[in-house]
Amino acid sequence: MKAIRSMVLVSSDPVSIERGAKEVYQALQREIKEFDLENEISLTMVGDVGRHEASPLVIIYPEAVIYGPVKEGDVHFLVEEHLYKGRIAAGLQAPVRELSGKIAWLSARKGTLPAEQRIVLERAGIIDPDSIDDYIIHDGYQALAKALTQMNPEQIFDTLEKAGLRGRGGAGFPTGTKWRFVKKASGTKKYVICNADESEPGTFKDRLILEGDPHAIIEALAIAAYAVGADEGYIYIRGEYTLAQQRLHRAIEQAREIGFLGENIFGTEFKFDLHIHSGAGAYICGEETALIESIEGKRGEPRARPPYPTTNGLWDKPTLVNNVETLANVGPILRNGAQWYRSFGTPSSPGTKVYTILGKTNVTGLIEVPMGITLREVIAIYGKGIKDEKPFKLAQTGGSSGSIIPASLQDTPMDFDSFAKAGVALGSGALLICDEDTCVVDLAKVLLNFFRKESCGKCTPCRIGNQRAYEILTNISEGTGALSDLTDLALLSDNLYQLSNCGLGQTAGAPIRDILNYFRAEVEAHIRLKVCPTGVCPMSGKRI
Amino acid sequence: MTTIKSLEDLKKAREEALRKRDAKVASGTAQVIVGMGTCGIAAGARDTMKAILDTIEKDGLNGILVTQTGCIGLCEKEPIVQVIIGDQPKVTYGKVDSEVAKKILKDHVINGKPVADHVIQM
Repeated sequence: MKAIRSMVLVSSDPVSIERGAKEVYQALQREIKEFDLENEISLTMVGDVGRHEASPLVIIYPEAVIYGPVKEGDVHFLVEEHLYKGRIAAGLQAPVRELSGKIAWLSARKGTLPAEQRIVLERAGIIDPDSIDDYIIHDGYQALAKALTQMNPEQIFDTLEKAGLRGRGGAGFPTGTKWRFVKKASGTKKYVICNADESEPGTFKDRLILEGDPHAIIEALAIAAYAVGADEGYIYIRGEYTLAQQRLHRAIEQAREIGFLGENIFGTEFKFDLHIHSGAGAYICGEETALIESIEGKRGEPRARPPYPTTNGLWDKPTLVNNVETLANVGPILRNGAQWYRSFGTPSSPGTKVYTILGKTNVTGLIEVPMGITLREVIAIYGKGIKDEKPFKLAQTGGSSGSIIPASLQDTPMDFDSFAKAGVALGSGALLICDEDTCVVDLAKVLLNFFRKESCGKCTPCRIGNQRAYEILTNISEGTGALSDLTDLALLSDNLYQLSNCGLGQTAGAPIRDILNYFRAEVEAHIRLKVCPTGVCPMSGKRI
Repeated sequence: MTTIKSLEDLKKAREEALRKRDAKVASGTAQVIVGMGTCGIAAGARDTMKAILDTIEKDGLNGILVTQTGCIGLCEKEPIVQVIIGDQPKVTYGKVDSEVAKKILKDHVINGKPVADHVIQM
């Protein structure tokens, strides 16, 4: 990845194209080349970035200056003034009213780049995952060496806390604090576990890390074990990830051979070894206590909490459970320091987040961007807009256990606190982008169908609640719903959240709550008019 | 493989590995890297890999190092093949089926002319 200092975006919605956005883009390409700035500036055509009165818009980061309407003839002056001489090109800026409304997010972005920043994916796709030499060339195992020979556990906790690393599994718990809890817990035998049971539909960030850079997880687990005082670790990986399992097995063998696992690691007293435990296809086993039960050979059902795994985990011993992406951040933080890590992302959620983009965007795939980027930026810059230029309707975050983000929230910075304030959840990082052809009742029905099948059945609210919510939604989609169903749904959603034993039930009600909050009119149309506005639901009049 | 017992050992191992790699680069060896994550394999990276290895064997080509790597996040463009010749910058190709792979070997690796149709601008 090139180190760029500035990012130039050109709007390319239909209005901009009509007014010559393509010519402006080509002129920019030419001029940037002319001034020999190619290596420090990235130029991107983005989709719809908002207001059309002044389009085509040219937006330049990190100053977050908006120029518009830009004509081909203005480009030379603009590049010379702004990009070459570094001052604002006078007279070309968009009128002030353009800064309000839809593109107000730009001012919040001032001083930062929404560019891809690879920390946890730094090596994935670069190195040969089967070669420990390749990993060592790319600074591998240096963080472990530093931790074991130069740092005590207290310093490691401090560094992680100062860096502000928060769990990337979805809940966002401060990692350093969690490690400290396990260290403080009494007992001599402790465990560390990497949760690689990535079963959220549409999420594949952990698989990519495990397949592309397996040694990073082994290194981070060894650091964690040293810090909390454990000598044994597990990687709980879902059964479907056969390739990732093969690569991890090979990586563990290599690490044992070279002495990064085993006794007297780096000539110290520290000993540590790892096991791989394959899951068997249950969604619930991604929940940390169900995962622990599963490793113990029992049925994967969540435990009652407290006590938390930090004091009573695997075999009733203090246990640290971290997500793959969280662990992948540990090495870079220890190598480069907390201050470096804080230079990415937002003050409350530093660092980067890996997102998987799927659904109705022109480009799908996986990106790692600083925390605090907005959904609109993700869709425009990385998704290259929505297919067939249809309007964006909603995004479903975090596989199933996330939230439904309506278009009105697409300018909210995506970090833990901003999302919590807006009443939605970041989840595991999947962004399912839906256009106007998606029916919210159908979407909620699909999600609830997933939850009712994956519910382990241990606690009643989740077992019965999901089934009942699914039935009500099915009736609404068949055109046989009643308005009283909406009250029932709201109550069910609330009960699921309040009364369920674990995260599965607690988040299962979120889609219902979100569609009733943001898309109530559309749901009511199914009931009052017996019409599905998008034409997705069958509306056959059958009642279950 | 020798056991690493200290930070110095690790540094030595790193230099050793780097030297090995640089020796390959210096000798003008071409590196062909195939993206073999699950997404790549699902899109047909194994066939691509097989075609590359078959062509090298059939035509008796020398000095080509074929390695694998994980996914780089452009799952839509899989199978992805990256080509590095000597110290030239890396060229990344997308949607490389076995036919395209043969063409890349012939045109780019041997004759030094990148196959423009399949290059991904990074």
